Amino acid sequence: MGNQEHFRVWRGDDEGGDFADYDVEVNEGEVVLDIIHRIQATQAPDLAVRWNCKAGKCGSCSAEINGRPRLLCMTRMSTLPPGEPIVVTPMRTFPVIRDLVTDVSFNYDKAREVRAFVPPEGVEPGDYRMQQVDVERSQEFRKCIECFLCQDTCHVLRDHEENKPAFAGPRFLMRVAELDMHPLDAAEEQGVNRKEAAQDEHGLGFCNITKCCTEVCPEHIKITDNALIPLKERVVDLKFDPMIRRKKRASRS
Amino acid sequence: MTEIERLSYDVIVIGAGGAGLRAAIEAREQGKKTAIISKSLFGKAHTVMAEGGCAASMGNVNDKDNWMVHFGDTMRGGKFLNNWRMAELHAKEAPDRVWELETYGALFDRTPDGKISQRNFGGHTYPRLAHVGDRTGLELIRTLQQKIVSLQQEDLAETGDLDARIKVFAECTVTDLTKDGDRISGALAYWRESGRHLVFEAPAVILATGGIGKSFKVTSNSWEYTGDGHALALRAGASLINMEFIQFHPTGMVWPPSVKGILVTESVRGDGGVLTNSEGKRFMFDYIPDVFKGQYATTEEEADRWYTDADNNKRPPELLPRDEVARAINSEVKAGRGTPHGGVYLDVSSRLKPEVIIKKLPSMHHQFKELADVDITKEPMEVGPTCHYVMGGVEVDPDTGAASVAGLFAAGECSGGMHGSNRLGGNSLSDLLVFGRRSGAGAAAYIDSLGDQRPSISDDDVQIAARRSVAAFGDGGQEGSENPYTLHQELQQTMNDLVGIIRKQEEIQEALDRLEGLKARGEQVVVEGHRQFNPGWHLALDLRNMLLVSECVAKAAILRTESRGGHTRDDYPTMDAEWRHVLLVCTLADDGTVDVERKEQIPVREDLLDLFESDELGKYFTSAELSGRN
Ligand SMILES: Cc1cc2nc3c(=O)[nH]c(=O)nc-3n(C[C@H](O)[C@H](O)[C@H](O)COP(=O)(O)OP(=O)(O)OC[C@H]3O[C@@H](n4cnc5c(N)ncnc54)[C@H](O)[C@@H]3O)c2cc1C
Ligand code: SF4
Ligand code: SF4
Ligand code: FES
Repeated sequence: MGNQEHFRVWRGDDEGGDFADYDVEVNEGEVVLDIIHRIQATQAPDLAVRWNCKAGKCGSCSAEINGRPRLLCMTRMSTLPPGEPIVVTPMRTFPVIRDLVTDVSFNYDKAREVRAFVPPEGVEPGDYRMQQVDVERSQEFRKCIECFLCQDTCHVLRDHEENKPAFAGPRFLMRVAELDMHPLDAAEEQGVNRKEAAQDEHGLGFCNITKCCTEVCPEHIKITDNALIPLKERVVDLKFDPMIRRKKRASRS
Repeated sequence: MTEIERLSYDVIVIGAGGAGLRAAIEAREQGKKTAIISKSLFGKAHTVMAEGGCAASMGNVNDKDNWMVHFGDTMRGGKFLNNWRMAELHAKEAPDRVWELETYGALFDRTPDGKISQRNFGGHTYPRLAHVGDRTGLELIRTLQQKIVSLQQEDLAETGDLDARIKVFAECTVTDLTKDGDRISGALAYWRESGRHLVFEAPAVILATGGIGKSFKVTSNSWEYTGDGHALALRAGASLINMEFIQFHPTGMVWPPSVKGILVTESVRGDGGVLTNSEGKRFMFDYIPDVFKGQYATTEEEADRWYTDADNNKRPPELLPRDEVARAINSEVKAGRGTPHGGVYLDVSSRLKPEVIIKKLPSMHHQFKELADVDITKEPMEVGPTCHYVMGGVEVDPDTGAASVAGLFAAGECSGGMHGSNRLGGNSLSDLLVFGRRSGAGAAAYIDSLGDQRPSISDDDVQIAARRSVAAFGDGGQEGSENPYTLHQELQQTMNDLVGIIRKQEEIQEALDRLEGLKARGEQVVVEGHRQFNPGWHLALDLRNMLLVSECVAKAAILRTESRGGHTRDDYPTMDAEWRHVLLVCTLADDGTVDVERKEQIPVREDLLDLFESDELGKYFTSAELSGRN
């Protein structure tokens, strides 16, 4: 009973592809993923798309709608200009597997390069004590659903294949910040300096704080302001002020 | 004959949700080479969607809490049909499993003295759910995922290879288990990306595939919930129990249609939200069943006082176990007191300040705003029951997670027994951790017992299974051309309408007849396109499992002539103590149909029974069972 809309969906694989056109019914309250599913069920049963929760919680359904990186399941049809074709394409920064599905293994590789949480020595399970105010900063970053839209958007990675080896991208720099702000992470005691690692191993220097990543984050995490900039400030402290470095060390012990 | 890649592991874990990851961590820590296989990407399993929290009687908020109270609540919630040994292990070990997550880096919300904060939830006597806002599942899965990365980093340092001892195979679907004689020998899978097959040779397989909700139309579950583990176990010769018990969560979204079924967390009620009908009445006071009389507040005043003084007041009836609340909502709507979109109202806006709502229920606020244009700080939500969780699953040994087939283990939602006829909110996440770990240890011990007598997989088995899985591409000699999407919709409608929240004999029988027809048509499914990331093909394979598991649900439901927990019979509306001690056990017969047999439960251990008042036991047990007790 709804109205008809015109969809242009990119279809193809790693060897190339093109747009396919579909006229589809759209009903009140529907999101773009509903329409993709309707196309699957009625016109193109083999149209490939990733999704799981359909509630913005798993970060599987990332793609680009009218050129903008978004979650398909959280983009309501009513927010798109009516009467105009809706263009759906896969995330551009990652290699296409098929149709809207991309190879996001880059992100999982980067995740494995970030040195894991180091539990504090001598603190038994059950004896961890942390104040809410102190966990809140890292908790903001742990809201991340790993949709990789920030990675898709960041101009350092987008269309710059050559930067990929050296740059972890906003998601994983934020992970470094998260661990660095974890009240009980004991990496430093083991000789791991997370700030230095951000700079030297994960390519923090590539980021020129354009905030594009923050703009697309469906969890509204302030990636740039709360994770990247503080990390940069501390790196600056470290690199140029040996006194601060010593003071910080001393105050921690 | 096509070449099929073969890989060799000690343990393969099918499923990368909380249960699978915790099992894999245990197996790897016990020195076993472990593979984790998952249909979706790493970190996207259903566990990620869990909102409210993880139940563990740490006693951080109310120090009266302990494992015995938690055990009692769990048994009550399940109407005493639970496997009591599982409920005991679960209640005893849950705190350790939660604390352990902190050593992996988890950051739960805190109490003022810096401990893990705990919240109220339906059926739990004390605030018991460890949580992070309303995104607890995300914290749990991410923490386990990051622990696995940490183990891989250790392996890298030691061996030069991140994947040396524990490897994740994402977007890889298992279609068949293989056996060498009576023992499990491995599994056949295909990559979703390429459609290529691969074989995992392993003496121990742990099923951690989650639930079956995708067989129902209105559900909070995702496409992954097609009962694969349940079906794999059946086909391997193992048994399922309690399949008639399906939990309908009382509060799913009802509008707009495209989001119907999406979950509204119980925390909304735990934190003060109330249910009202179209006449503005808080109707739950009218629905306190006899077995819970005396345990819940009978006036709004007392119920409201409870939020600030829980020791001296009884809890509001909105926090009754889920089955009770779901039935109550169903009755209100049937009686014509529903909302315009066929639900009831759930309101926090008149109960909590906007800032508090946004702080405590951020993702609900977000979800309603984005998906329904409803601002929950200003107006009530419309909610109704949605298929949420299956209590039934693989019959396992409580201590080790071993199924009845040697080498097969199961944990998490795909195993059965722990929750009896109805699961309490928050008891799943803790279940995943407790029994995930136990099944990992069980598998490791089993392998040690084998010595060098390891099973192997024959090439013939592999070829047969591989051929079957691609049959839907039209080389299987089909005559018809059934569309998998159409069949799936018909199945969902059938289960929803005929084996749903309220059941009766004739309707279940009709469902069984329809399932028969769908099964036959399922043989005629033809899919278009090729094997690369082809959702039509994936659905065709999943359909086989959904049909088999739906048959279990319907066949068990028709036999159980009483109402208990997640099984409500209109024609047998009361609970019958003679059914409490009986389990319905499903197995697969040679002709591919499901057999259901009655089996006596092991009597509850005396010292555990002693934890309850005899008055209460009298409501659930037969007098014969209680004779000899004073
Ligand atoms: C919206 C929602 C909210 C919830 N909130 C809570 C809560 O607050 N507290 C609580 O305790 N419980 C909650 N639950 C229930 C709980 O989340 C689930 O029961 C639990 O997460 C199941 O975990 P699992 O490890 O058994 O399986 P899952 O996390 O579902 O994982 C299953 C895994 O198996 C894989 N798999 C399945 N089939 C195959 C196959 N054939 N081949 C390969 N891999 C396969 C999947 O890819 C996935 O990785 C909630 C559930 C939902 C839906
Ligand atoms: S702020 Fe930094 S990380 Fe974010 S998009 Fe800009 S350059 Fe990339
Ligand atoms: S930070 Fe935001 S945009 Fe980036 S992956 Fe996480 S949720 Fe997605
Ligand atoms: S499907 Fe989970 S975020 Fe869209």
